[in-house]
Amino acid sequence: MEATNFSSIQTHIDQYRATPGGLLPLLHAIQDDIGYIPEESYSPIGKALNLSVAEVHGVVSFYHHFRSQPPGRHVLQICRAESCQAMGSAELEACAKSRLQIDYHETSADQAVTLEPVYCLGNCSLSPSVMLNEKIHGRVSPEKLNSLIQAARDSK
Amino acid sequence: MSIKVYIPRDSAALSMGADQVAMQIAVEAARRGASVEIVRNGSRGMHWLEPMIEVATEHGRVAYGPVAPENVAELFDCNFLYGCQHHLLLGITDELPWLKNQERLTFARVGITDPVSLEDYIAHDGYRGLSRALSMAPADIVQEVTESGLRGRGGAAFPTGIKWNTVLGCEAEQKYIVCNADEGDSGTFSDRMIMEGDPFVLIEGMTIAGLAVGATKGYIYLRSEYPDALLTLNEAIDCACKNGYLGDNILDSGRSFDLEVRRAAGAYVCGEETSLLESLEGKRGLVRFKPPLPAIEGLFGKPTVVNNVISLASVPIILDKGATFYKDYGMGRSRGTLPIQLAGNIKHGGLVEKAFGITLRELLYDFGGGSASGRPIRAVQVGGPLGAYLPESQFDTPLDYEKFSELWAVLGHGGIVVFDDTVDMAKMARYAFEFCAVESCGKCTPCRIGSTRGMEVMDKIITGNQPTRHIELVRDLSDTLLNGSLCALGGMTPYPVLSALNHFPEDFGVDASKTAA
Ligand SMILES: Cc1cc2nc3c(=O)[nH]c(=O)nc-3n(C[C@H](O)[C@H](O)[C@H](O)COP(=O)(O)O)c2cc1C
Ligand code: SF4
Ligand code: FES
Ligand code: FES
Repeated sequence: MEATNFSSIQTHIDQYRATPGGLLPLLHAIQDDIGYIPEESYSPIGKALNLSVAEVHGVVSFYHHFRSQPPGRHVLQICRAESCQAMGSAELEACAKSRLQIDYHETSADQAVTLEPVYCLGNCSLSPSVMLNEKIHGRVSPEKLNSLIQAARDSK
Repeated sequence: MSIKVYIPRDSAALSMGADQVAMQIAVEAARRGASVEIVRNGSRGMHWLEPMIEVATEHGRVAYGPVAPENVAELFDCNFLYGCQHHLLLGITDELPWLKNQERLTFARVGITDPVSLEDYIAHDGYRGLSRALSMAPADIVQEVTESGLRGRGGAAFPTGIKWNTVLGCEAEQKYIVCNADEGDSGTFSDRMIMEGDPFVLIEGMTIAGLAVGATKGYIYLRSEYPDALLTLNEAIDCACKNGYLGDNILDSGRSFDLEVRRAAGAYVCGEETSLLESLEGKRGLVRFKPPLPAIEGLFGKPTVVNNVISLASVPIILDKGATFYKDYGMGRSRGTLPIQLAGNIKHGGLVEKAFGITLRELLYDFGGGSASGRPIRAVQVGGPLGAYLPESQFDTPLDYEKFSELWAVLGHGGIVVFDDTVDMAKMARYAFEFCAVESCGKCTPCRIGSTRGMEVMDKIITGNQPTRHIELVRDLSDTLLNGSLCALGGMTPYPVLSALNHFPEDFGVDASKTAA
């Protein structure tokens, strides 16, 4: 873990150590900040919150949202739930995988895009939907998905 | 005087480019020296028309949509600020049949007001419920909610007043109000629309709940997939605090209530109330055994009201207009209104709030306009991923909790997902097992292991490998899940599976006569 990450993680720990049920807000703060929860952080988190490393690991791995590996520069989530299936999400899924040459939970070789499944974005009246970073896109056609992926690859 | 132009900030509208339209309108207005005040409202719920913009005129608000950024210059050319005949003109918003034919109680303000303007909220009858509640004894507030007939809108339809009464009856130095905003069901977005379109109504509902049961602290457990709702909620909570509607000594009443939003982390099972409480306590979301009920030993072991967003957001109007007003809507034991969400393969998707009793057919064809693809509607799934699939022969069923359970179906959170005749129902049954496998909390063996086994068996059926024999296995597995699961994730996965099988046996490679349950 880089030294800069370590000191920012310590700042987040100090902010949440006294919060009741503070582990989830703390993990969110760390992931919002550096993109993932490094395994090296489990021990200082555990110490501050009076938990074992195994317990911290158990929580990080229970929740789909948290990742313990750094993602690519962009995170693309494709909705796999029923409403989006009814509007052709399987085609989007296949296209994204073949275009990025990866499966779910992987990052493209150019480090541009991490692909993740998601189960409903609450945009089901405008299915199929995807989320790129924190932004939702509705009525996504294969062409639209292509241009989102291309834009993500072209940008820093 | 500047002219008000409304452009939604609801994430459905944003997903279709509402921000770009807003920017373009600001730029065009500045370029032409037109005096325009842009208001970022919630969505009116006609999502197929998003981004739908409105202009305030002397005849009322006039709607245009769906507007793309490239339409903005033409709209100005056509003088849309003063009412023009552009092809995107929809008419006077309140006169549009989709809206006119609804009964909007919980959604009364959504799409009309600026969601984060307390002034606007109050000008549109906001905080009248709270002011009445402040003059009432706690037991009388609970009584009013009980008499309204309100049942939980999160899925289980348990009477809200009865739950509150249990918490009121507990002696404790600390009690909590927890709002379940985990909205994980596919086909649902009414919670999101309230939080993004009228967050104060949820804040008011939770404050009233706090007064009713003697709780001074509330949490909103918000799914992590809703970043826009998070911003809107926090903006509204700040504003309520600054103006004395939250915090110590609410409106000089001597009563206090604090509210905090906590982000979930993408686990469907955390929508189950005890799993949610574990998660709020900072743990893995393992479902708890009941009893004890959360009402008696809930968050941090203290008496806790856990209610869905829509349940809580329906409380202010009940307190304002009285239990009888609310109860007069609906049918049978399903009282009041339900915010229904039309989703999937539907031409006109969005939000319809109606009294219980409207039929699926009216929703699908009168409001929904049939499928988006133009092909026949073959099946609908009502009530999320644990809800049954209904075939066309059941479309005349009225929306009513009891009528649905007679069909071995559920209303759940009121989401309706539409499929046309290209759907393969065996694949949907397989997906139901897959979803259960992905989201299981792992506590019960049938749910953790049986769901994966179910997927494997469905794979065999889908490839035509001894379907009759394998269907027997699916039925056995479903029995085990129904009887051996601690919560509805495992316990109700058989609903989509068996309803698909029973209503659409031809997709499973067998003919109907051979599959009777
Ligand atoms: C697997 C599972 C997921 C659930 N998800 C939600 C949810 O996302 N939102 C919700 O309000 N209730 C959900 N529920 C229902 C809650 O357990 C609980 O009944 C509800 O929050 C109570 O509030 P209400 O009485 O206002 O409906 C879920 C239940 C189960 C078994
Ligand atoms: S049924 Fe599944 S999700 Fe529910 S408690 Fe059991 S293992 Fe957990
Ligand atoms: S199912 Fe895809 S957004 Fe809801
Ligand atoms: S290549 Fe078809 S959607 Fe990406």
